[in-house]
Order: sequence, then structure tokens, then C-alpha cells
Amino acid sequence: MSIDPVIAQAEAGAPKLAVEMVGVNKWYGQFHVLRDVNLTVERGERLVICGPSGSGKSTLIRCINRLEEHQKGRIVVDGIELTDDLKRIDEVRREVGMCFQHFNLFPHLTILENCTLAPMWVRKMPKKEAEEVAMHFLEKVKIPHQAHKYPGQLSGGQQQRVAIARALCMRPRIMLFDEPTSALDPEMVKEVLDTMVELAQDGMTMLCVTHEMGFARQVANRVIFMDAGQIIEMNEPNAFFSNPQHERTKLFLSQILH
Amino acid sequence: MSDQTLSPHVFVSSVLLEPAPPPVSDRGPVRWARAHLFGSVPQVLLTLFGIWLVFAVIPPLVQFFLIDAVWEGTDRKACLPADVGHPVGACWPFIWAKINQLTYGFYPADERWRVNVVYALGAVLLLPLLIQKVPYKRLNAILFFGVYPVVAFVLLTGGNFGLKRFLLGYLGFDGLFPIGATVAGLSVAFWADFVVSSALLALGAAALARFVAGPGAGLGAARNTLSALGILGAVLLAADIDVGLQPVETRLWGGLLVTLVIAVTGITASLPFGILLALGRRSHLPLVKICSILFIEFWRGVPLITVLFFATYMLPLFLPGQLTIDGLLRAVVGVALFASAYMAEVVRGGLQAIPKGQYEGAMALGLPGSLKMRLVVLPQALKLVIPGIVNNFIGLFKDTTLVLIVSIFDLLGAMRAAFTDPNWATPTTLFTGFGFAGIVYFVFCFGMSRYSMALEKRLDRARHH
Ligand SMILES: Nc1ncnc2c1ncn2[C@@H]1O[C@H](COP(=O)(O)OP(=O)(O)OP(=O)(O)O)[C@@H](O)[C@H]1O
Ligand SMILES: [Mg+2]
Repeated sequence: MSIDPVIAQAEAGAPKLAVEMVGVNKWYGQFHVLRDVNLTVERGERLVICGPSGSGKSTLIRCINRLEEHQKGRIVVDGIELTDDLKRIDEVRREVGMCFQHFNLFPHLTILENCTLAPMWVRKMPKKEAEEVAMHFLEKVKIPHQAHKYPGQLSGGQQQRVAIARALCMRPRIMLFDEPTSALDPEMVKEVLDTMVELAQDGMTMLCVTHEMGFARQVANRVIFMDAGQIIEMNEPNAFFSNPQHERTKLFLSQILH
Repeated sequence: MSDQTLSPHVFVSSVLLEPAPPPVSDRGPVRWARAHLFGSVPQVLLTLFGIWLVFAVIPPLVQFFLIDAVWEGTDRKACLPADVGHPVGACWPFIWAKINQLTYGFYPADERWRVNVVYALGAVLLLPLLIQKVPYKRLNAILFFGVYPVVAFVLLTGGNFGLKRFLLGYLGFDGLFPIGATVAGLSVAFWADFVVSSALLALGAAALARFVAGPGAGLGAARNTLSALGILGAVLLAADIDVGLQPVETRLWGGLLVTLVIAVTGITASLPFGILLALGRRSHLPLVKICSILFIEFWRGVPLITVLFFATYMLPLFLPGQLTIDGLLRAVVGVALFASAYMAEVVRGGLQAIPKGQYEGAMALGLPGSLKMRLVVLPQALKLVIPGIVNNFIGLFKDTTLVLIVSIFDLLGAMRAAFTDPNWATPTTLFTGFGFAGIVYFVFCFGMSRYSMALEKRLDRARHH
């Protein structure tokens, strides 16, 4: 159950399945990026997705909020099936927060404005309330005193935490992370991971593409290994790391764990 | 073993260095000059050339426009060297004598206060809009961009347009409305036509929206159409009502008035149109995209002079007989469309510079397409291309002089007309006139340039410190 009251409030009344992917296929031109992906994520679950570069991890989670379009199969997010219907896509995006490798903060807006933009314009929240919510989450990621600075004035780790806070301000039910720490200097990785761990402890449904295996062990319910556009192996973290089954998983783990 | 005996490749720091102030850079005029003016042979040559240029250009100009200049007089005799007894530079009394013609053209003398009110009102509304610290920006912008043009229009033309027919009238349904009947000086036929046409348009828009976007969209479309028509109605009412001002035809307008009317309208119209065209050109809808490209390429491919010629002499041949469009209006529209096409390409350059991540960041937050553009992409793109935008504004301001070709007398046109006055025929009249016009144009263009630089600096400061 959620500890954070704001997150708990967002969760009430949500469907049990957070994400359901059935036979999902995607092509870039002739190139088959996602090959028959089947995946269900339950509410409150925390998934870590790993795999070699180019295996389609980003594509997979970007399909969940329709930053990429799948061509075959079914994706149901939070009870809403993703089709060409723009209204539904926006609905899904409102419920799904996302953090990117390169943060994608809006450089022309202050930290606070970054956080209040979507709640005010999409959720039609009054400015004052939006600012209160923003400050709540900025405190949660431990940068309330930077609220009036611009993104360019913050360190990479701080920017990524702002990006997390910005996503949380929409009170999403699901959070997607696409390698949130891989553009950061090593000493900043931890502060971002700590924030994510805390979020996991609050009961947020999370799908993370990451190669931070310590994080995976600590918070994940399941680890997914992808290669060549397919899910090769999926297991709970301890078994996944100590006893990988597939040859490619073994090879991959031996490379990243030394 | 002490530190010193370790091998030179091994080192452990024993003190933490305190931050020290930066070194005093080479101050003093001599060292500065050495560094910046006489550092190398090419630099020395450039410096000498620069000095020569300054001495070659500045003193003669000062001599002509200030020292030898004549400042007072009532006719050409004051500026003839033979009569004055010394060489004569600029003949400023010529400008004083013609200043009314240069500012108002042939605008009737008794009505010039209206132009002055328009000038003053414009300045009063524009200045606080430009200065960031002044509050009420929203209200100010609505007043300047929404109310001011209507007020200026009514003041300058005199209003009381006596509108006769709206859409249905032109479509041949004249008979529906009582021609000739008036209430408070307003034609009943026109306003009845307007109301009925608006209702029909709103219904049509609602039906179309239902057909295209589903039953939910009808009401919104009708409401939007009605509010747009409501605004149009308010503008038309302002133009139609008899405010008791004597009408002044645009043929009589001239001088700085015309320059400013064309330039300000062109500038304020070209930016929004240019943005729309740039967005259209990048649209995923093929029809919108093709139309934008055709429009932009057409207007960029045609010289402004051709546009003005066409608008003035050819357009009337194509329009139905009852429809006549004012000559100045045609030139203004031509200039505005021409400038929009250029603006579109500048804005598109800015749009292209915005990384994909910004779009994705906005989309991932659930911002729909229009908001994504308005709140995230455009503010950044426009900021990037401020120099290009202002460049276009300045170009447009100076291009207004081309309306002379179609017998509209802007500042330069009025000046040339003034040259023909035999009372002021002196050897230096021409130089004085062009010098003065140059100064006026320079003041406006330089003002825009400086303001844009200050704006860039301000926006930059907001971002990096
Ligand atoms: N827009 C695109 N057009 C064509 N091919 C693409 C596009 N985006 C990605 N690809 C290709 O699809 C494959 C999967 O890309 P994806 O970004 O999902 O990989 P990834 O697993 O996230 O890799 P990484 O660890 O490097 O981020 C790659 O081979 C990539 O080259
Ligand atoms: Mg990736």
C-alpha cells in the first residue's frame, strides 16, 4: 500500500492490470524491432528491463505511452487500449509518467514551471494548487530550494530528479524510466536511484530500463531480459541473477557483472 | 621515507588549495592597445585603415550637416551660398517647412489631431508592453493588438463606413433585407444580413465538426465560430457607426503616417501568419503542408514590386464590380503576406533546432499537440530566431518605401514630392532631404535592433545564471 498520500490517492480505483501487451509487433521500415512481445504488469509491480544495446528496450516502453506506435498486437494501459484515437492516447499519457535518459526538461521554464505546466494545462488545476503539488514532489526528490532556477543551472542528477518530480506532478499511476541514470556522472547515479527506490517503496507501478543491477535486486519484482526485439527471459531478481537460464542471458550478465 | 623520495610519478597532495582571485588582466591603455589594436602586422594595418576611414568620413559629415548647415530661414534664399556668403551645408529650414507634409501627407490640416492621437496612443500602449517590469502585460497586449488597431482605424479613416451588405447580400439574397432602412445611421439590411449569416455559418461549422470529429464536437465548433464572428461584428460596428468624424480618404494619407501604417501592420501580421505557415509546412496533413509550401514559395519567388503592382493595377480587374478595395489596404495586405512568407522560413529554422526530446517530454506529460507547440516548442524556437525575426522586421520597414511605385506617398515619397517645390530649390535640398529621411529610418531600425538585443540578453540571462 502507498505511503505517499498523493500517490495513494492517484491509485485508488485503478484497474488491477497496469499494462497488458499481447502479441505486440513493431517494425521500423523493414526492421523488425519488437517481435511478438507478451507482457502483463500488475498494479504495484516493479519491472526492470535489461538487454544489450539495440535490443528494443526503449522501443518497448515507449510503446506503452505511444511515443512509438505498434503495428500488430494489443496494448492495454490502465484499462485503456491504445489505438489511433488521439483522445485515448492523451488519456493514457496523463496516467503514465516517463523519465528519459536526457531528462528532457523544458529549458525555458523554471523548475517550478516545468512541474506545474502539465497539471495546469492538462488537468486544469489552479495555479496555486499546482504549485503546492509541485513543491510536495520537489521536496520528495529533495530539491525544493532550486524551484526558481532554470534546468540549465542544475547538475545532471538534480535535473533527473526534477524530471521525476515533474512526471509525478501529474499523479500518474504508472512510471516509465528509460535508462534514467546512464547519462549521469557516477557520483550522481546514487541520488537518482535513491529517489526511485523511495518511489518504489511508495508502491508506484514502475517499468525501468536500466543496467543498474543493484537497483534491480533491491526493488524489482521481476527482471526482463530482451534481445533482438524479444523477451528472452523473465524471472524474479534473485533467480535471474544467480541462475540465468538462457545462454544469451548468461553471456550478457557475465559481461555487465564482470 | 619522506614524500620527496617517492618516484616522480607518484604524488599525494598534502594541502587543499584555497580558491585564489583570478589574475589581474592586462589593464592600462597602452597594454590594452597593444593587445587589441597593434598585436600583429595585419592588426596594425586594419587599425590604421580604420582610423583613416573614421577621419575620411566623419569630419565631412559633421561639416555638412552641422557646421555649414543653415538652421533658420523661410525660403530658398536662406540656403543659397551666393545670398548667404559662405558655403552652405544642409538646408534644415527646408525640413521645417515641409515637416507637416512629411508626417501627415495631405491629411487635412484640421484633422491632423487625429493622427497625433493615433501616434500618441500607439506610443503609450507600446512602451509599457516593451518594458518587462511594467505589470498588466496581458491587458496591455489585448489593448495594443486588439483594441488599438480598431481605434486607430476609425480615427484615421473617420469610420462611418455605411456598410450595405454582408455575405448573403453578396451571394445575391439582397431581396431578403430591407434595403435603405437605417437605424441610428446603421443599415438594417447589413446588420440583419450579418446576424442571419452568422447563425448560418455557426450551424454549418457545427454540422461540419459533427461530420468530421463526431457528435461531441458540434457545440464547441458553433461556439468558436460565433465568438469569432462576434469579434468581427464588434470591429465592423466600430467601423460602421457614425462617430461624427469627417471621413478622410486614404489617398490623402502620406509621409510617416503611411510608412508607419504599412510597417506596423505588416510587422504585427507577419509574425503570427509566419508562425502558422511554418507550422503548416511541418504539418503531417498533406493538404495543409502543400498549401503552406505553395504559399511560401510563391510569395518568396515574386518581387515585392510585382506584388504591389499586381495588387494595385491587376486585382481590380479580377474582382466583381461592386467590390472595391482601398488602394492602401491592398498595399498593406500585399506587404503583410510577402513578409509572412519570409517570416515563415525564419520560424521554421527555429522549429528545426528544437530537439526531439522536447516534443517527447511534452507528449509524455499528456500535453496535446497544440499546447505542446504553444507552451514548449514555439517559445524556444522563437527565442532562437529573434535575430532573424528582427532582421525581417527591419527589412520590411525599409521595403515599405517601395509603395512609391504604386503612387502611395510614404515618408520617402512625401520627401520627393517636397523636392519639387521651386521655393526650396537649392543645391543642397536633395542631400538634406535624403539625409533626414535616412536619419528617420535609421532611428526606427536601430531602435528595433537594440531592443531585440536587449531582449535576447534578458532571455539568455533567465536561462544560464
Ligand atoms: N526511429 C527509428 N528508426 C529506425 N530504427 C530505429 C529507430 N529507433 C530505433 N531504431 C532501431 O531499433 C533498434 C532498437 O532500438 P531501441 O532504442 O529500442 O534499443 P535499446 O534496447 O533501447 O538500445 P540502447 O540500450 O542503446 O538504448 C535499434 O537497432 C535501433 O537502431
Ligand atoms: Mg534505449
